Amino acid sequence: MEIFVQQLINGITLGSIYGLIAIGYTMVFGIIGMVNFAHGDVFMVSAFVALIASLILTTWLGISSVFLSLLIVLICAMLITSLISWTIERLAYRPLRGSFRLAPLISAIGMSIFLMNFVQVAQGPRNKPIPPFFQNVIVVMEKDGYEVTLAYKQIVIWAVTAILLAAFWYLVSKTSLGRAQRACEQDQNMASLVGVDVDRTISVTFIIGAALAAVAGTLYLMYYGVVSFADGFVPGIKAFTAAVLGGIGSLPGALLGGLLIGLIETMWSAYFSIDYKDVAAFSILVVTLIFLPQGLLGRPEVEKV
Amino acid sequence: MSSDAILRVEHLTMRFGGLVAVHDLSFTAKKGEITALIGPNGAGKTTVFNCITGFYKPSEGRVALRHGDSAQWDQLESLTASSLRSRMHGDGALFLLERMPDYLVTQKARVARTFQNIRLFRGMTVLENLLVAQHNSLMVASGFTLFGVLGLPNYARAEHAAVDKAAMWLEKINLTDRADDPAGDLPYGAQRRLEIARAMCTDPVLLCLDEPAAGLNPRESAELNDLLLSIKNEIKTSVLLIEHDMSVVMQISDHVIVLDYGTKISDGTRDQVRNDPKVIAAYLGVDEDEVAKAEAEVGL
Repeated sequence: MEIFVQQLINGITLGSIYGLIAIGYTMVFGIIGMVNFAHGDVFMVSAFVALIASLILTTWLGISSVFLSLLIVLICAMLITSLISWTIERLAYRPLRGSFRLAPLISAIGMSIFLMNFVQVAQGPRNKPIPPFFQNVIVVMEKDGYEVTLAYKQIVIWAVTAILLAAFWYLVSKTSLGRAQRACEQDQNMASLVGVDVDRTISVTFIIGAALAAVAGTLYLMYYGVVSFADGFVPGIKAFTAAVLGGIGSLPGALLGGLLIGLIETMWSAYFSIDYKDVAAFSILVVTLIFLPQGLLGRPEVEKV
Repeated sequence: MSSDAILRVEHLTMRFGGLVAVHDLSFTAKKGEITALIGPNGAGKTTVFNCITGFYKPSEGRVALRHGDSAQWDQLESLTASSLRSRMHGDGALFLLERMPDYLVTQKARVARTFQNIRLFRGMTVLENLLVAQHNSLMVASGFTLFGVLGLPNYARAEHAAVDKAAMWLEKINLTDRADDPAGDLPYGAQRRLEIARAMCTDPVLLCLDEPAAGLNPRESAELNDLLLSIKNEIKTSVLLIEHDMSVVMQISDHVIVLDYGTKISDGTRDQVRNDPKVIAAYLGVDEDEVAKAEAEVGL
């Protein structure tokens, strides 16, 4: 029971990070029908941006307030990562729009390899650590000397995720921009006929997706304390799995899928073998694709007339 | 050529490979009138629409649109001779639509259109469908959403105005109580009306409707007539209409143009067209009892 509660806490934390990344996959897929395989590496780059920003803040500027520095790091990571993602869309995807379907996909894989190798060369192949902070934990329950703990870090991750998702939900469902985005998702030609600038809306989608990935990257760095150039790949593919599980194209689905994948992974680690946790997560991808291809909250494929 | 025209189509030809879909077609649509384009299937009506709205680039010919009263049609030749797409004249302007891509025809020349098949944003609510159509003015007012997120008053005011305008149209098309339902759940006739309202929310000077009465029952097409007449009389928007339903065409249009095999066979008021022998032969046909009488005469 204690192990279960502890893993529940850990799983929700991990799941929040996956969910934030998964939204980027699902939004881009929804609007241009393309799986942006570079998204996982955008997430990794954002963790490096956060790393550099936090080192500058703590060692050069000497800002000691943890909350203030976290806020600044978060904003830096979101801005710079958005800019990178916007550039990628402009250079690697937009010229291929209207080309055959696989072209942007291949371009995305190329972008992914480029980002990974660029960071490896620029930052070195080893794990990069940050000085630990937020070390405190709350003991939730205790039995026979086993303490179930909730770390301050985890509370911060939950809170930041919740606030960002609320803001994101507001943006998509209540603003003119969000309406334009949903209109483009449903019928791009018609959207441009009622005066929506489709290209700009697609750019904004990439920017929002990258900003959420940057939040995930910053939280990931804070949670684990280290990041390496290869850290984009596996979390990226798991977030993609989460998007497929939740129903690709569905925003609440991406979050639900993220939480489920996080929970499955941590529960598997606790009760079965930790070495096989990735196998468990990816088996979900296969099983979903075979038995529930539209995902948990996805719309069934409707034939367009 | 009359000086109160809003749209002038001159010597329009559209070829697809060897097929001539429209051949040397010229007509004008007058400001504040409902102009109908009728003809048998395959006569080239939708092709004409696609040329006007920038979907196709015509093989030959000119499609010119005028905003306001001050823009003089005699400027048209000098605009055509230049490489420009449009020219401002005081508070009006002249546009050469065949030189413009489709989104500019909507945004700058303010020509709105609907399609034969319904193309609403089905997953969005009825109200949202009308708000998306006002996206451009809202984006400018909201500083491209940045100020909107910060909740600046300008944006709130623009958003309010947009909702008011949408509410006005909902009232006009009798859908006020269904504002928050997904557009895809509406009955067919209501979807047709919503599509017209959405096109009107883009603030067009010319509204192009491709078979708005297709699939409507008699009561719904009567409602459509009322809606189109109120667009003409109250909003003062000019309408160009493709229609097969003669009860719609003959009741509301001021001016009818008949196409057959891509050429114009008749052009005039609805009474002139109705009695034109060429139109009767090609399209309208004769009453069934006359057919029976003729058949009896030849002994069938």
